[in-house]
Amino acid sequence: MKIELIVNGVKKMIDVMPNELLINVLREKLGLTGTKYGCGIGECGACTVMVDGKPVLSCLTLAVEVAGREITTIEGIAKEGRLDPIQEAFIEEGAIQCGYCTPGFIITAKALLNENRSPSKEEIIEYIKGNLCRCTGYINIIKAIQKASEKITRNPYK
Amino acid sequence: MSRGEFMRADYVNLVNTHITPVGFTYHAPESLEEALKLLNEYRGQARVLAGGTDLIVDMKLRRKEPKHIISLTKIKELNYIIEEDKGVRIGAATKLRSLEKSRVVYEKFEALYQAVNSIASIQVRNMGTLVGNICNASPAADSAPPLLIYEAIATAQSLEGKRKIMIRDFFTGPGKTCLRDNEIVTELFIPYPPRDSVSSFLKISRVGMDLAKVNVAVLLKFNNNIIEDFRVALGAVAPTPLRIYRAEEYLKNKPLNEENLRKIEEIVVEEIKPITDVRSTEWYRRETSKILLRDAINIAVNKMVGR
Repeated sequence: MKIELIVNGVKKMIDVMPNELLINVLREKLGLTGTKYGCGIGECGACTVMVDGKPVLSCLTLAVEVAGREITTIEGIAKEGRLDPIQEAFIEEGAIQCGYCTPGFIITAKALLNENRSPSKEEIIEYIKGNLCRCTGYINIIKAIQKASEKITRNPYK
Repeated sequence: MSRGEFMRADYVNLVNTHITPVGFTYHAPESLEEALKLLNEYRGQARVLAGGTDLIVDMKLRRKEPKHIISLTKIKELNYIIEEDKGVRIGAATKLRSLEKSRVVYEKFEALYQAVNSIASIQVRNMGTLVGNICNASPAADSAPPLLIYEAIATAQSLEGKRKIMIRDFFTGPGKTCLRDNEIVTELFIPYPPRDSVSSFLKISRVGMDLAKVNVAVLLKFNNNIIEDFRVALGAVAPTPLRIYRAEEYLKNKPLNEENLRKIEEIVVEEIKPITDVRSTEWYRRETSKILLRDAINIAVNKMVGR
């Protein structure tokens, strides 16, 4: 089946099988390997991408289901060669250890800050519940999201 | 998702696959009528896809191997939350996240709001639907106890027409409903709870993301200190989510005191039929049911006091 996907703002025509998952298409057909495959059953959040601005699990989404929709992956978060404030904050706060969960966390954090620029610590914890970090760097991840929130509220152009 | 299966080595590779191992024909009808025609044509071999958070997992595990997938994504007419005089109507394609953000759900259906809010993660709630949650018919479905106490009514539609199904008649066993194989649940109608009643939902699970070991919803209405209306439903403690009518009858027109609470705990424990599985033991589920029931009642009473 031929479908059109808008990936990080670029339209792509792709030939997919009905049973192909969005994560397969992103990683194997489009070479966007930033999105990671974790548990495969919707528990770890490593495969999180945004569809029309909402975080969803690309390992449980059929590619044909998102035909014509806007997909944002970790590759689309930095703009014009500059890291997003969330990415900067993750680096500054040491919120990355092995890095496998990081793309998923950053996409979820991006969605959170789009919805609510100044979330409380409790709101952050609740929102990232579906993303697992097995290096257990949650403390630094939460700090990083708080810092990113400060960055964007200080500079409205970010 | 049952974790027991992951203990088996041969399942690890099966689960951790990037692909859906089952091949199928994909249909994305743009109207309900078209969807009903397709479902009728492929009856028995087709599955309706709403959010996919249960169905795709089941297909990865080869628990379900449908030949045809009928997706509801393109049917715009099924995505709505409409407030009416007597209750709200929720379309089959309405995402759990939309319910969570709906003011009427938050204000009028506290137990349902809490249940939806507690389901898995933001990602899963952006994908999954309320109707999907009940059609999947997990005995642990978090939305089921609230829908039972609010006495929701499902509309099932096929080419032959519509029929209304009371939610208490809807579930027939684990993963089983009374739906016919050419029917789609198009809508849930949830009547507003009685005026001045309060409701609450509680569950216990290993970590937040897990399915419930036990979940419970209660609704209470007082007239001075006497209970005028009491409804209670529990999930994950029987083959289907259960409303415990005997406990409700017992408590009606009585004061809420220790003696009466003990009695309804006893009734609840007699009525439920929990099993031992990967998530919990039968004994633990019985003991926890009593505690959750008591806590849920406490929360509801406190809400009323706070009003």
